[in-house]
Amino acid sequence: MKSNSEKIAEIKEKNPQPEQASSAAREPLFHVSKNSVMSRGKALAIRGCSLLAALIITGILGVLLVHINPFRIYKEIFKGPFVDIWTMLQDTALLLCFALAVVPAFKMKFFNMGANGQVLVGCLAAIGVMKFLTPYMPNWAAILLMLVVACIAGVIFAVIPAVFKAWADTNETLFTLMMNYIAIELVNYLVFVWDKSGSGTLGIVNLISHAGWVPNIGNKYVLPVIVAVLMTVFMTVYMNYSKHGFEAALVGESVNTAKYVGINVKKVMIRTLALSGLLCGILGFVYAGAVSHTVNAAVGGKGFTAILVAWLAGFNPPIMALVALLVTFLTSGTQYASSSLHLGSTDFASITVGIFFFFVIGSEFFIRYRVELTARGKKVFKIKSKKGGEV
Amino acid sequence: MLKLISILTDAIAMGTVYLFGSVGETIQEKAGNLNLGTPGIMCCGALGGGFGVWLCSAHATDAAASPGWLFVVVSILFSMIFASAAGLIYAFLTVTLKANQNVVGLALTTFGVGVMKFFSKMIYSDTVFCNASAYFKNLFGNVGSGWFSKIFLSHGILVYLAIIIAIFTSVFIKKTRIGLNLRAVGENPATADAVGINISAYKYAFILIGSAVSGLGGLYYVMDKTNGTTFTEAPVEAFGWMAVALVIATMWKPVLSIFGSILFGGLYVISAYLPLSFSQIKLFGMVPYVITIVVLIVIRLLNKKDNQPPASLGMSYFREER
Repeated sequence: MKSNSEKIAEIKEKNPQPEQASSAAREPLFHVSKNSVMSRGKALAIRGCSLLAALIITGILGVLLVHINPFRIYKEIFKGPFVDIWTMLQDTALLLCFALAVVPAFKMKFFNMGANGQVLVGCLAAIGVMKFLTPYMPNWAAILLMLVVACIAGVIFAVIPAVFKAWADTNETLFTLMMNYIAIELVNYLVFVWDKSGSGTLGIVNLISHAGWVPNIGNKYVLPVIVAVLMTVFMTVYMNYSKHGFEAALVGESVNTAKYVGINVKKVMIRTLALSGLLCGILGFVYAGAVSHTVNAAVGGKGFTAILVAWLAGFNPPIMALVALLVTFLTSGTQYASSSLHLGSTDFASITVGIFFFFVIGSEFFIRYRVELTARGKKVFKIKSKKGGEV
Repeated sequence: MLKLISILTDAIAMGTVYLFGSVGETIQEKAGNLNLGTPGIMCCGALGGGFGVWLCSAHATDAAASPGWLFVVVSILFSMIFASAAGLIYAFLTVTLKANQNVVGLALTTFGVGVMKFFSKMIYSDTVFCNASAYFKNLFGNVGSGWFSKIFLSHGILVYLAIIIAIFTSVFIKKTRIGLNLRAVGENPATADAVGINISAYKYAFILIGSAVSGLGGLYYVMDKTNGTTFTEAPVEAFGWMAVALVIATMWKPVLSIFGSILFGGLYVISAYLPLSFSQIKLFGMVPYVITIVVLIVIRLLNKKDNQPPASLGMSYFREER
């Protein structure tokens, strides 16, 4: 006769042991749950860590490429932006303007990828006036006309996808993306037509007469900065305190709620995109009148980065200014480092900025969610304490 | 007639870039992930292919030491590995860390384009790449000048590979159990989770596979379409966006993508064949994009049930949030 315990042992031997087997197979190492509150300091610390991690990866990459002390790379990165501080300020201002221009649409959850194209056509229209109409009118009138046509062009390019989204619910991401390429092709075509030399580029327009150039305020970098400051103030007020801004944000939160309280969603959509286009048009005018004095596809080049900037800052204009500064700092720093240390081409900067975005986007997870080790996770990592808030 | 044959041949050749990209993107979208990083992934695929060519040529002391097929196989392999690695970044951020898919995609595109431009300059050498490109072209050798052989048999190995992958993907998604599960993950992950499908595993697997397929588009453009001449300056990014648009234009159906890509390719090449002045050719450049927009609108207006995107496209899945 076998004892009961022996029988049980026998049964256990014959059959796979369910509770152990299943827990080993199914229980994950971490338990993830929603994080309702996190102190600002802790959130900031997490973001700081992600920035640090991005810099470390950049350093490692630099070491692998040219075999030098990583601290020399960091030194160059931090030295670079200060070599030409006005250019950095101007680039920051331009990036910030781009980011501010996409905010109204994004608050509405309208994924407007078309800022590139909207700025580009704005710039194109202003350059058209600059090239052909400046002889016939006083300079102040020409500059005013440039601003007006740039705004109209920007608004038209922004409103077209909005109308189709409102009317037929087309996919706005791809629509606006295609509008970017239409803008680029339009520029290619008109530059070809306007440029009599056949070089395919317009060159600096009115290089000698400076007709249609916005007069320098202090120096030529100040105007974009002023525009950026004004836009930041305007967008802060518009999004937080105006009825229009509230309606756009409500449509973004829930279309049904907006309809329920009697908001005309289609009207709000078109109006908000018109504002987006207007800001892009102004920016296009700034490019034409004060920054590039010419038009080419590079004018719209900051648009995608700007979307990332706006998103990382939670569409909060003052924070966007900080993020734009950080991104520009990193870009010009790595560009400087890559040329002074012979890391190869300046495309190294877009790799660094890409890595930076990956880390910062990824770090949002640790702010939104709480990660704890499960019982099995603790066993695997040999942690006995109850603190599992692994970050 | 002769013109028509050349246009069709060119359209198929150009369309293959879009076809790889859009089939790869379709695979990922079926798993509920809208990957706007596809342009960047295609750039990484092009770089990987270039790396493969560089590797083969660097380790070959004379031409006979590494036969043509080795160049092709190694660069396809590395193209897929590089593209999958880029896809892995996207998968980790969107699936494990539940980040916004659009934002991660844009960052990946910035990154991928930068990586390709930066590293391609280090490994590019025009003679090696031009010579190697011959191995990618004319799979069936010299096929004569009949219209059938010209249109259908005069292409490189990657063109046929693209069509095979498209057909296989279509059958796989529609007819197999794994394909059914994949669609469930894209349509309603909570339900799929409830019946015991491992959502994360499916998303990871198909994002990586889809990325690998997309990446081949970059390789094809560099090594076959442009004979290895434009590696460092290839506008792969623009083609990537067209590929993303093609997915919607063909309503998430890979077989339809074959014809859609030929149409898109045709629009891209046709201006060279029309009696246009130089400025008109420039103006014609925007036609592919206008047509894409028109297709997007028409598909929305038709509004049929089986034309719609996977229901949970673009959303990350968190089990405790129901």
